[in-house]
Amino acid sequence: MSAPARDASPAPAPAPKVRARGFSVFHGDAPSLRAVTLDIAERRILGIIGPAGSGKTTFLRALNRLNDLLPDCRTEGELLLDGQDIYRPEFDPVSLRKRAGMVFALPVPLPMSIRDNVVYGPTLSGVRRRADLDRLVEESLRAAFLWDEVKDRLATSALRLSGGQQQRLCLARVLAMKPELILLDEPCSGLDPISTARIEEALTALKAQYTIVLVTNNTKQAARVADETAFFLMGELVECGPTAGLFTVPRDPRTADYVTGRFG
Amino acid sequence: MRLPPRHAQRLAVAVLGAATALTLGILAFILASVFQKGLPHVTWRFLADEPRDMCRAGGIFPTIVGSLLLPLLAIAIALPLGAGTAVFLTEYTRETRLTRAIRFGADCLSGIPSILFGLFGFIFFVVFLGMGWSLLSGGLTLAIMILPTIIRTSEEAILSVPAAYREVSFSLGATRWETVRRVVLPNALPGIVTGVMLGIGRCIGETAAVIFTAGSSLRLPRSAFDSVRTMSVHFYILAREGLSAEMAYGTAAVLILSILIVNLAAYGLMHRFISRRAA
Repeated sequence: MSAPARDASPAPAPAPKVRARGFSVFHGDAPSLRAVTLDIAERRILGIIGPAGSGKTTFLRALNRLNDLLPDCRTEGELLLDGQDIYRPEFDPVSLRKRAGMVFALPVPLPMSIRDNVVYGPTLSGVRRRADLDRLVEESLRAAFLWDEVKDRLATSALRLSGGQQQRLCLARVLAMKPELILLDEPCSGLDPISTARIEEALTALKAQYTIVLVTNNTKQAARVADETAFFLMGELVECGPTAGLFTVPRDPRTADYVTGRFG
Repeated sequence: MRLPPRHAQRLAVAVLGAATALTLGILAFILASVFQKGLPHVTWRFLADEPRDMCRAGGIFPTIVGSLLLPLLAIAIALPLGAGTAVFLTEYTRETRLTRAIRFGADCLSGIPSILFGLFGFIFFVVFLGMGWSLLSGGLTLAIMILPTIIRTSEEAILSVPAAYREVSFSLGATRWETVRRVVLPNALPGIVTGVMLGIGRCIGETAAVIFTAGSSLRLPRSAFDSVRTMSVHFYILAREGLSAEMAYGTAAVLILSILIVNLAAYGLMHRFISRRAA
């Protein structure tokens, strides 16, 4: 293809934000994740589905190197964020985690005020001015659809919020760090349908700015919000592709069995 | 023969209730007898005056100062060391044979009779390091004595902080130290304070180790190298030498009251701290 023609074409698809190349995770001798090769597109939502023990959470926790905290955990292969291997020895996991925020399965607000929860990340990164922090608190809580419910009681304990509110607070806490990646580990597993809908609403709005990886036990949730979906089974990536395709015309019979509810 | 459940239940309530009543009864009896014999002698003069006439008259002011300074010094030394050790063992090392050995050592150390700590303090601080009978020798000795308690209670307190809090903190880009400082220690504080209170209690009540290392001078200390006498030592000397039962009971009453005040103050402070965080 000649140079002018390339200029005329629409902007090329951006390089993937994350690329896994033959990436494996071992706990002790047993692999919990085997040779995963997968691209995560920027500003999209990647849904990861699969039964318990399929390695989807292990993969998610590899993305912010939270697996490092476990004893006897090691990796093979490459996991690239913006082209840099995050498992190279010189890569600092603390700065990585500032770029890749995580929301856990159970909402875990820290036992401090709502405001202090939101500013926990920013203050670690050195934001000190009160006005800046106030602005971050409002922005993040608005983006997580929580602001209107808590704006009058930011100084009260986060533990007093309901489960759904707590999980949105956890999302706001991640947003306040201005991460590039948002990793969600079954964020709605403990929530009622209405709270779940609010989280999904927030995620759909957020993909304009963030690259989102959503691990979910709920295949319908992946179908609703994910642009692309990956299916993990027993530590292996079975199939990954555009969500609509994966659910309607899966390439692998195991995927077909799972999404149609024949097992899992 | 098996008791029917209903009777067994009644029997259990009776036995457990009796145990509780006995415990409280003994405590109440001791407190009542000490206060009854001691409180009448506790006047402002008793609190603020120096002992006179070979301790048969006057007050106990220097021993109050001694009982205040010595535990304070011991805690000031033992708390950073003990809490630091606990943080290191729980947060910075994985469970190994070495950490188990350290823990076992601390448990053994807390069972050693205090007179042995006194002897050690005398040989090492007073004689070998040439500190003499002094506030400093006494403070260091008591610090070593309460260190195991502080380490173990701090460790338990730190371990009781949910692992999920640490995970969240790390996931938000905190280093281990930032996690310890901002999440682990604030949540472990009530337990650590409990350890400190136990430590203060042991220090205030300690006699043997104190006589050996801090001496029993009745003069007000002007530096850390001066000898002091604590209320417990004063009580011991008054009672043993048969100098004055009135003064001895007066001292005992003040001693018990001060332990009560220290405990109330500590729990009050802790309560305020907790309710401020979880408002």
